[in-house]
Amino acid sequence: MIRALPLLLFVLALLAALSLLAPLGSLTELRRTDPNLAWQLIEELRLPRTLLALGYGAVLGLTGAALQATFANPLASPDITGTSSGAAFGAVAGAYWLGITGPLALAACGAMGAALALCGLLLVAGRRSETATLLLAGVAIALAAGAGTSLLLALAPSPFAFYDSFEWLMGSFVDRSMPQAVTALVPAAIACVVLASRGRALDMMALGDDVAASVGYRPRRLAVEVVALNAIAVGACVSVCGAIAFVGLIAPYAARSLTRGHPGRALVPAAVIGALLLLLADLLVRLAPAGRTIPVGVITTAIGTPLFIWIVVRMRRTVAA
Amino acid sequence: MTSVLEARAVTLEGRLSPTELHCRAGEMVAVIGPNGAGKTSLLRAIASIEISAGQVRICGEDAAQSAPARRMRLLSFLPATRSLIWPITARDVIALGLPAPDAGRIDELVEVLELQQLAERPVNHLSTGERSRVLLARALAARPKLLLLDEPLSNLDPYWVLKTLEILRTETKTNGSAVLTSVHDLNQVTAFDRAILLNHGRVVADGEPSKMLASTALAEAFRIEKASSGWRIREGA
Repeated sequence: MIRALPLLLFVLALLAALSLLAPLGSLTELRRTDPNLAWQLIEELRLPRTLLALGYGAVLGLTGAALQATFANPLASPDITGTSSGAAFGAVAGAYWLGITGPLALAACGAMGAALALCGLLLVAGRRSETATLLLAGVAIALAAGAGTSLLLALAPSPFAFYDSFEWLMGSFVDRSMPQAVTALVPAAIACVVLASRGRALDMMALGDDVAASVGYRPRRLAVEVVALNAIAVGACVSVCGAIAFVGLIAPYAARSLTRGHPGRALVPAAVIGALLLLLADLLVRLAPAGRTIPVGVITTAIGTPLFIWIVVRMRRTVAA
Repeated sequence: MTSVLEARAVTLEGRLSPTELHCRAGEMVAVIGPNGAGKTSLLRAIASIEISAGQVRICGEDAAQSAPARRMRLLSFLPATRSLIWPITARDVIALGLPAPDAGRIDELVEVLELQQLAERPVNHLSTGERSRVLLARALAARPKLLLLDEPLSNLDPYWVLKTLEILRTETKTNGSAVLTSVHDLNQVTAFDRAILLNHGRVVADGEPSKMLASTALAEAFRIEKASSGWRIREGA
């Protein structure tokens, strides 16, 4: 892990620089005609976009790794557990029904929706459930939250609610401002720093709750902390960028291969890989034909679905062996 | 001999009545009793995993108030479940039992528990018996003063049952520690220094294993009796 991390950070820095500059053609052209405007483009549009892709990716990777360690299940992630859908539901309810416009209040609505979804999952499936139970409960909660979001939008006082929120619902970093980035990333960063400090305890939980408790950790309290911190981090990011699938599932999976299978030690590497994946997805989005916008969530889902199937097949083989 | 464990009025509501228990250094104690008697509850309460009331002191210290690193040196708990889902290598699982990195101790345990062929393999790919050995090595790693082992002899072949008992004997002698372990097979009880019989969440007998096996308390608790070729179900049970 220690050997691979500097290389990953280096690639991440390169991608971040590319994200700030790409597409380079329009930036060079603008720099020649109006240098101030070129700088403004970077500062006001591309910087928040890059920061959001980096930060949200890190949040998804880290929270996914923490959820997987807590639920003792490699398929637990913000999207599979319904956390992201719950956060979207919360944000839509806040924006279109409660008339909330303040970004921080919307982030809080997102966090509450995410917390509601995770509590629902704990009630339905329990914490140490079988993979099938967790998946079914997660799918049910995600579907219910998705249907609830659609219903809220369909009945919203604004007739344009669906149209307005389409791009956001599919996950996007386009045209987000610096204050929006700060609103999403500051609470998320605080939650992630606290979560990252729980790595040793989560590794001990890999040996079972009783072993962790016997050395002085408190598994139940830890689970509540993970759920609450997940809700804050994911809720804040979803309220600004929408729900983005599969990064929270794939990044921890890849990270554990760097930490010799340790779920707790994988938290920080999963954050780095998550940031890398989402930044890459956002760069791919920019290859769309001029005048067309592809939501970044579409790219992560397109790439994540076959990987998800591959993980499930691998898990089946392990069980069969 | 020095006292390792002093448990006073240890209680787990609904599962374990107030229990007094003392173990000395070098002592191996078997906890026996029918299914649901409270064996696991007793071990979990002493490990402060779940306890309603009472006081547990290990070598005079309140382990529940100690930091994880100190607690690892005072006690270790081996649960009955051998379920491990993460692909952590056997060597790394043993390392999780150490408060600070100690490659020498891991090598020693790998050799003692004959894990050389398994050390670098992910534990989720090992058989239940192999996992039992890895988890026992993890429990022994920090040389804790009190070993609380829930069915450590289950899922083991006869060689590994004898070998495990031998390893526990050596560890207790070398480290001046005590072992408190739940045992299901009554034939294994004589390998211990002392046996504690639990029934309906309370200690009903405490004494020398061979005498315990011949006692009416044991026959009543298990609803079995001695026969010429082992044990048989008691008449009217």
